[in-house]
Amino acid sequence: MDPSLYPFDDFWPEFQKFPGHWTDDTLWSVMVRYGLLGVSYNTDALTREEAMSYDAYWNPKVTGKVGHFDWHLPSLGQVSLPNGNTSPTPWDIDATAWEAVKEKTLSLRPQVGGYFDYGGTFSSLKNGEMLAMVGIGDWITGVLAKDGAKVDSVIPEEGGIQWTESYSVGIGTTKHEVINKFINSMLGPQGQVKSIQMAAYPGLSPTMSGWKAIQEANPDEAKRSGLIEGADNDPIKLFRDGRIFYRNTPKQQTLEDWNDFWSDYKSA
Amino acid sequence: MSRSRRIDLYSTLWRLPLLVWQGLFFVVPLVFMAAMSFWLVKNYRMEPAFVFDNRSKMLGRGAFWDAYWLTLGRAALAGVLATVIAFPASLFLSFRLSESGRRFALLCLIVPFLTSFLVRAYAWQVILAESGPVNAVLGSVGLGPFTMLNSGVGAMVGYLTLVLPLVVIFQTWSLAAIDRSLIEAAGNLGAAPWRVLVSVIIPAAKTGLVLGAVFAFIMTFGDFVSPFYLGGSKPPTLTILIIDTAKSGQQWPRAAVVALMMIATLFAVATAALKAAYGRRG
Repeated sequence: MDPSLYPFDDFWPEFQKFPGHWTDDTLWSVMVRYGLLGVSYNTDALTREEAMSYDAYWNPKVTGKVGHFDWHLPSLGQVSLPNGNTSPTPWDIDATAWEAVKEKTLSLRPQVGGYFDYGGTFSSLKNGEMLAMVGIGDWITGVLAKDGAKVDSVIPEEGGIQWTESYSVGIGTTKHEVINKFINSMLGPQGQVKSIQMAAYPGLSPTMSGWKAIQEANPDEAKRSGLIEGADNDPIKLFRDGRIFYRNTPKQQTLEDWNDFWSDYKSA
Repeated sequence: MSRSRRIDLYSTLWRLPLLVWQGLFFVVPLVFMAAMSFWLVKNYRMEPAFVFDNRSKMLGRGAFWDAYWLTLGRAALAGVLATVIAFPASLFLSFRLSESGRRFALLCLIVPFLTSFLVRAYAWQVILAESGPVNAVLGSVGLGPFTMLNSGVGAMVGYLTLVLPLVVIFQTWSLAAIDRSLIEAAGNLGAAPWRVLVSVIIPAAKTGLVLGAVFAFIMTFGDFVSPFYLGGSKPPTLTILIIDTAKSGQQWPRAAVVALMMIATLFAVATAALKAAYGRRG
């Protein structure tokens, strides 16, 4: 992809040369939105202070009511983080640390009430069947909260995980002009405002003009999602504090190793 | 000769669409899946090979056998429960309703199939929730709340929702076809009602009863919706294991091993059931 076609100068510096999108100076993908995964919880069951640590999942108040978004990488990442595996990332861990992650994950099994996809995650949090959910964030609870559900998400002290949505251009396409127009439309202030307020799969803005636009268009939403510089939940501040890790794949084990353990964990 | 040959050509022509359909959309994918189960995945891409690694990997795992026996046990239980629950209703439809009444009842039994099973499963999520109507009724008499959702109970409710109407239809067709003179003869010879049921009605309706049960088994054995959306994947069945395996770095060959084991099991069960349904006694 040609970097000159996209408004990288408008990106927050943290996202201008984001890992996985570039090899040296070659651009392969353009980030259009992202979000953060932390502890998502029922506000009647847990306090915000309790949710500010991943220990919340082991809290007796949510025994049998902890759900998993059924994807091993964010879930195991959220167990690796409180184990102190932050350097370099929760997924780049040696054999000893991996064994410790497995052991800690298995200790969570008695707390678990189920493993859910997107729809199941929504309904189980909405109807109170699950009181805490591993592996999700505001992209679920923000939508539910707007609908009146007593749920919230926080980035715990141990750190959070970033999901990223990016666009690439397929080799061989003849529609470069339309594709680039669409990507630029998504990255423009109005595209970002729509993306932030989407009824499903809302995401945060990687551009400075996107922040400014949402602050003007919907100040309450800007405040709620932290898209105000210096706010407590300002994602850029969280990045600069070293508390956010983009979701990665295992580096010292195979993906199958992690997934096989996930299946073992589910049937434990 | 020319006449019989014409007839053969005529009948073959009518059979051809089904044969072509089954060949293209069942046999070819099945052979492809069997071949794929020997392939390897490297860097998220499948590569043709002939190795037994996928078999040893999957069949050597405790998680696979846990899922296998769980799926088998749940499907067998669903088959038995559906047969037992459906039987009184089928008896009523067959022997107590008029012909037109039975037709209307069978139409009503088909109606659930007009709605997506996934939608019905989501409806059960609301009904079975701890804050749902079932627990509200139980709570009004001082019982509960009971955890039904995201458990084996929830999965079984889903299984029965899926198969019960079909089992009733199978049983009713079979029971309604019983020669009434056999039942009258048994009564005239002094047989008690339960004796008539056990010695005349059930043996005469054996084919429908067995086919109903085996269809219930087959459908629940391969069902993904009930164990996932109502059972909470806790613990996973073989269908969930297939999803988990395929999601893991595009491991379709290992998922194919699980699918082949499911097909082999269903083939064995269906063969035994057909033998039981159509086999002669003595």
